[in-house]
Amino acid sequence: MTGQSVLIVDDEPPIRRLLRTSLGAQGYRTLEAATAADALARIAADRPDVVILDLGLPDRDGLDVIRAVRASNTVPIVVLTSREAEQAKVAALDLGADDYVTKPFGMDELMARLRTALRHRLAQDGAAATFRSGDLEVDLVRRYVRARGAEIKLSPREWDILTLMVAHAGRVLTHRFILGRLWSAGGDVQQLRVYVRQIRQKIEADPERPRHILTETGVGYRLAEQETLP
Amino acid sequence: MSDRDIRPSPEALLKQAARDSGRGRLKIFLGAAPGVGKTYEMLASAQARRREGTDIVVGLVETHGRAETAALLEGLQVLPRRRVEYRGNTLEEMDLDALLARRPALALVDELAHSNAPGSRHPKRYMDVDELLEAGIDVWTTLNIQHVESLNDVVAHITRIRVRETVPDGVLDRADEIEVIDLTPDDLMQRLREGKVYVAQTASRALGHYFSPGNLTALRELALRRTAQRVDAQLLDHMQAHAISGPWPAGDRVLVAISGGGNAAALVRYGRRAGERLRAPWTALHVETASRAELSEAARSSVTDALRLAERLGGEAVTIPGHDVAGDILSFARERNFSHLVIGKPALRGVFTWLRGSITTALIARAGDISVHVVGSSERKPARAPAGPAVLTQPARAWPYLASTGCVAAAVLLGLALQQVLTASNISLVFLTAVLIAAASFGLWPSLYACLGSVLAYNFFFLPPVYTFTIADPENVVALFFFLIAALIASNLAAGMRAQALAARGRAGTTEELYRFSRKLAGILDMDDLLWATAYQVATMLKVRVVLLLPQGKANGESGGEGIAVRAGYPPEDELDAADLAAAAWCWKNNREAGRGADTLPGAPRLFLPLRTGSGSVGVLGINREGGAADAVRPLLAPDQRRLLDALADQAAVAIERINLAADVDRTRLLAETERLRSALLTSISHDLRTPLAAILGAASGLESYHALLDEAGRRDLLATIRDEAERLNRFVGNLLDMTRLESGALAPRLEAADLGEMVGAALARAGRVLADHRVEIDLAPDLPLLKIDPVLFEQVLFNLLDNAAKYAPEGSTVTLRAWHETGPGTAGQGRGRLVRLQVIDEGPGLPEDALELVFDKFRRIPGGDRQRAGTGLGLAICRGFVEAMGGSVVAANRRDRSGAVFTVTLPVQPADDAVPAEHEAAAPPP
Repeated sequence: MTGQSVLIVDDEPPIRRLLRTSLGAQGYRTLEAATAADALARIAADRPDVVILDLGLPDRDGLDVIRAVRASNTVPIVVLTSREAEQAKVAALDLGADDYVTKPFGMDELMARLRTALRHRLAQDGAAATFRSGDLEVDLVRRYVRARGAEIKLSPREWDILTLMVAHAGRVLTHRFILGRLWSAGGDVQQLRVYVRQIRQKIEADPERPRHILTETGVGYRLAEQETLP
Repeated sequence: MSDRDIRPSPEALLKQAARDSGRGRLKIFLGAAPGVGKTYEMLASAQARRREGTDIVVGLVETHGRAETAALLEGLQVLPRRRVEYRGNTLEEMDLDALLARRPALALVDELAHSNAPGSRHPKRYMDVDELLEAGIDVWTTLNIQHVESLNDVVAHITRIRVRETVPDGVLDRADEIEVIDLTPDDLMQRLREGKVYVAQTASRALGHYFSPGNLTALRELALRRTAQRVDAQLLDHMQAHAISGPWPAGDRVLVAISGGGNAAALVRYGRRAGERLRAPWTALHVETASRAELSEAARSSVTDALRLAERLGGEAVTIPGHDVAGDILSFARERNFSHLVIGKPALRGVFTWLRGSITTALIARAGDISVHVVGSSERKPARAPAGPAVLTQPARAWPYLASTGCVAAAVLLGLALQQVLTASNISLVFLTAVLIAAASFGLWPSLYACLGSVLAYNFFFLPPVYTFTIADPENVVALFFFLIAALIASNLAAGMRAQALAARGRAGTTEELYRFSRKLAGILDMDDLLWATAYQVATMLKVRVVLLLPQGKANGESGGEGIAVRAGYPPEDELDAADLAAAAWCWKNNREAGRGADTLPGAPRLFLPLRTGSGSVGVLGINREGGAADAVRPLLAPDQRRLLDALADQAAVAIERINLAADVDRTRLLAETERLRSALLTSISHDLRTPLAAILGAASGLESYHALLDEAGRRDLLATIRDEAERLNRFVGNLLDMTRLESGALAPRLEAADLGEMVGAALARAGRVLADHRVEIDLAPDLPLLKIDPVLFEQVLFNLLDNAAKYAPEGSTVTLRAWHETGPGTAGQGRGRLVRLQVIDEGPGLPEDALELVFDKFRRIPGGDRQRAGTGLGLAICRGFVEAMGGSVVAANRRDRSGAVFTVTLPVQPADDAVPAEHEAAAPPP
């Protein structure tokens, strides 16, 4: 194991204990903070490789923490929240959080998100030329897409959407993020949905039950990676 | 007519729409005289309709004992009549409510012009019929032409019998169908001789005259002509509704000018007929001048009656203020484009009419292109209303005349003093001044009196030969004559000015009062204050007794909650009798005035007016006046008082609506606040449930996935997490259930004698894991008596208090539990007596001073949302609920010696249990 360091920010001792034990077993070094102030101090001082952040903190809102961290730091942040509200998730992602996990969560899911966040941090500069996940293969250099062994023709806008997803494979991309990247102005969620449906028609075996492009209801889309395939 | 607009006129379409809507259809069987067979014809038609399957109910039919008519009732459902006791007689009336409840498709109601027995809902049967139509029930009814309001005096002229029971023309006009039951006079006479015509005994004296061939012919002509006129109007409606262009009249309008004379009603009727003939809208106008404001009560009520009659006959009634009657009438007529003016011939002729100039002459002279109809009055002067002395002329007051005498006397003295300087003819100016002063100060009559006195005094004291009433010099006779003329004119003018000034001052006073009232209302925010202020204002301005009724809240509204109840009164009054309540309820429901002096329920002691605003009515205002039953005949308010009342009521209604709206806004805000709290509560509960679940699930899935990677300590750690968090979840669910029991009132403590020490031990054992990181000190007094409590609930109370201490006090600190026994003033409901107090004391940060009481509120953590520690927020609320259910109390405080919170539970000691020797078991030590 790499001995990467994880900062656990949660005010609930049982959760901290659980994460400490589980992450320790996987070889991560764990740091802990129970308050927002504590968390900000730790991030500045200890420079963790990734932060697991509970949005409900006693002293400040977790969203404030994200805002404060992003002002100076690109450390990956995985948000932990018991809030059902989609707005909170979207707000966290828009503020620069890398991903989110809703409480209660399975440990597998949290670990997968954590790994994705860490990998993207490492691979920020040199992205791989080819993306493979299950029966889907995207070659970013030669610009082709292969699904279930056959080459797929995509329109330019569809290609842009898919490559954006490939660049952030495994992470959730909010509607706003995708629109902001690909539409200079005036794009709306409705339009995006139409394109995603078209891409699914081409690459998914069963477009009604997609395995590659997953919908995060009310938030955005996530391109499944091999290991996160449902 | 030049304008050939072929669009359907909106009015015609509206009328059409009103007819097509849910209102029932009215058919009138119209006869020229009794005995033509209206009832027979109505029943015969009804039988035909019954055979077609129409649901017909006979509301009321008079067969007058004739077999052939009675036979026609066969097979029709006849509603039982309502019996009304009135002055020892039993009268039978139609049972309107039963008919409304029965809701037939078609109701037969005989004799539309009938007056109901006193105390009925409506004084007139046509109003009953109107309510039936309003309820969507079709009505067939019968009517004789003599009962039609506008023809009333014409018929009286022909037959010399005036019928008192009349039906407004509007009823006839709104009827959907009119069928004339026509019989030639000869046939009718024949039937009369055969005894086929029922005539009331009382009328039999007049019979010979009434049923003369000449009368019958005239009546028949009236009936036919009236119906023909209506057919014409119907045709016109149809043509307008369907945009058929035709020669309808080009905007003739008829204006009836009425004054206080006795023929005002006849003028109005004439105006109505003229309007009908010309197919023109018509208006009755009264100009209220300053001097006329001093009209006698009788004249004023004659004007009011005439204006009301005009409204009943379907015209418009207008009162305008003015000073030059003729000029004002004509400018009103020009402004509103009237082409015909109806005026009465002046009743009086005399020097004053001549002096002022007859209004009639002035109108004719200045009318220009307006046709003026001068109507003679053939009516006998109506007998003075038998209303007692109050309506006669005002009692003459003496002091203005005395003062006028003083003026003249002063003039004499001044004249004598100035005699040396002035000639006799110039001294007349001194007297003229005296007359003017009397006129300006005391009005017309005292000034005329002063005028006369001045002439005599001037003659006596100053015209030679002095000290006699003879005049020697013919020149002086002429001078005296001109002095008299000048004094008369001057006093007349001055008195007029005074009267106008008085009226203006009165109006200004009223206006200012209204303005003050509206300002006062604007400042009131509380409904009860507002109602009281309104009641007081109306009561003092109009010298009446006032009640205000508002709709009852839906919360306690029985039977649909549409009732209204008294909310304020001046003088204060809470109870209304049944008649008043019925009138108020009817007024509220129908949004029209009811009660004394109104069309509906006139038997009620009070008059009720709806308080209306643009968006509906907000309440009901009821007034009455002190005084016996004799007063009941007279209208409650004079017209100007009525206008004032309407103005006050309007202002009050707007203010009430404003407060209602403000209350609505408050309710909405409260609702939003409740909504916000609810969502905060949901967030809180969801957080409390999910945090332990997250830990459990995370630990379980971690064990499952990474079992091999975990060492023994790690595995045990995760298992411990699962167990601890499951316990925490269980506590939280338990708290939720307890709270639910408390809230739903399902909590029934089973009180039994229990030992405190035993329960402390049990609670500590249960709280062992919670308090694992704290030190616990127990300090129980040795003489504690047995307590009458529910052990299960009390253990929960103790546990929650300990749990709370453990949660807020830092690890390693001490939690102290003390209990002792004292004689105190007692707790709520317990009176003096012995108590046991129990305290849980921690070394945490303590409580904010302003939150000592709030901590017992449910979900007290709400401001913190989900950012605080889970599992709190219910425990203390449950403590208080349980302790209070057991008759005790619990309060929170801060420690005096150091930081930390103190929770004190006080429980009463039941006297009966005092005898039982207390067991002094040692408390179980903390594990």
